[in-house]
Amino acid sequence: MSTSSGLRRTALYDEHSKHGARLVPFAGFEMPVQYSSILKEHDAVRHRAGLFDLSHMAQFVLEGPNVAPWAETLTINAVESMKPMQARYNIFCNAQGGAHDDTIFYRLNQRWLLVVNGANADKMWAHLNANLAEGVRLENLHGRNALIAIQGPKSLAMLQPHVDVDLAGLKYYFCAEGNVYGRPAVIARTGYTGEDGFELFVFGDHAPEIWAALLRDNAGEGLEPCGLGARDVLRLEAGMPLYGHELTEAITPVQAGLQWALKTSKPEFIGRNALVEQMQRDDYPRIAGLIMKGRAPAREGYAVYYEGKAVGEIRSGSMAPSVGGQNIATALLSRDAATEGSTVEVDIRGTRHEATIVPLPFYKRTK
Amino acid sequence: MAQPENLLYSKEHEWVKIDGETATVGITDYAQNSLGDIVYVELPRVGKAIEQFGNIGVVESVKAVSDLFTPVGGEVLEINGALEADPAAVNRDPYGAGWLFKVKLKDTGEKSNLLSAQDYEKIAHDV
Repeated sequence: MSTSSGLRRTALYDEHSKHGARLVPFAGFEMPVQYSSILKEHDAVRHRAGLFDLSHMAQFVLEGPNVAPWAETLTINAVESMKPMQARYNIFCNAQGGAHDDTIFYRLNQRWLLVVNGANADKMWAHLNANLAEGVRLENLHGRNALIAIQGPKSLAMLQPHVDVDLAGLKYYFCAEGNVYGRPAVIARTGYTGEDGFELFVFGDHAPEIWAALLRDNAGEGLEPCGLGARDVLRLEAGMPLYGHELTEAITPVQAGLQWALKTSKPEFIGRNALVEQMQRDDYPRIAGLIMKGRAPAREGYAVYYEGKAVGEIRSGSMAPSVGGQNIATALLSRDAATEGSTVEVDIRGTRHEATIVPLPFYKRTK
Repeated sequence: MAQPENLLYSKEHEWVKIDGETATVGITDYAQNSLGDIVYVELPRVGKAIEQFGNIGVVESVKAVSDLFTPVGGEVLEINGALEADPAAVNRDPYGAGWLFKVKLKDTGEKSNLLSAQDYEKIAHDV
């Protein structure tokens, strides 16, 4: 669906506009940035559960006998070793090691699902097709299928009565093919909030009834519809990168601190040589966590100083309710500045404000 | 929500309560609702000379930084220090505990450049 403004609408657009969501353009879609208040929605996800429409993210279906060996050559993490019904974070890089996109692969029984960032959907579709191999077929479900996430400590209890899959038996980063309210779904224990939770891949036609039913059946338990504003604060607290901020065509996974996802044991993939060389040199600017000492928030683009010298810039920043209400940020900083415990200064409207470099993540849930 | 009748308003969504030669300034209920959860307010120093409609600070929500303009000119007499620890007071009570600063007016005639509650109401509905 699209409007005269050229913006597309997800299958859940009517649910959002009926229930007072504030809609903003995002990744070419009209998406809810908030329903009630970013802080209330954040609180629901940390203590109860929140419901998110992530249908702006693109779902690609990968099929054929050669999907795994083909995908190995385009990504930094391992693909062939994935078990059936396993999910895995992975990054597609350019030849210089910069990130084309960060994604999740879901290995289903007969096919694979690849979920890419909404803002990168067209670029990634072109990239996959330009590098297509024999024995690999692609289908683009962007804007057709929906993705609903339920995230928070109560999400398992809220979702379990309405699915035919044993959710407690579903391990983190695994998925199952089942039904939600009798409608077919891929149910994955994945998320982007730092809490336990599930992501539901459903047909667009079924999405509104599932969305409405989950909210209706769990209103008493405190399930709140949430927007992308709360999601951004939640992911930043949990130290998760957001494409365009901590990862870009110019910021590599090594710079973003994602070495855990980089499998240099793989003999060949796009960007491998550049990434290996960068790791060995170890002299690159890197993403660091900052906590502001004062009350002024650090925002994207603000310059950062260390020992009087400009050493980088803020990439994301927010007040962080789960970090004692302090202002947290990520910054791309020179190696000497990005040392845990060091004090840097952030230029906020012409005044320097002190911040401490801290390890990521800022927030880790208690299990 | 109706705007309090005893206040004057700017097109930039500030309110001002004029009491003789002093004025108290805040942002309107419409403004706080549009901004969302307010997490930081940066105000001018006490004693600073400010010009009507000048950019004199910022109001920051979780998502965004918005410029703050003063609806009247003069000298800053007092700022609401309670907002440093509790900026959400601007959301909860924009016309009361969430006031921002007080000004010693330079020219009481400046109020003719401001809007009545009825005229502001039209603007707040159009945007």
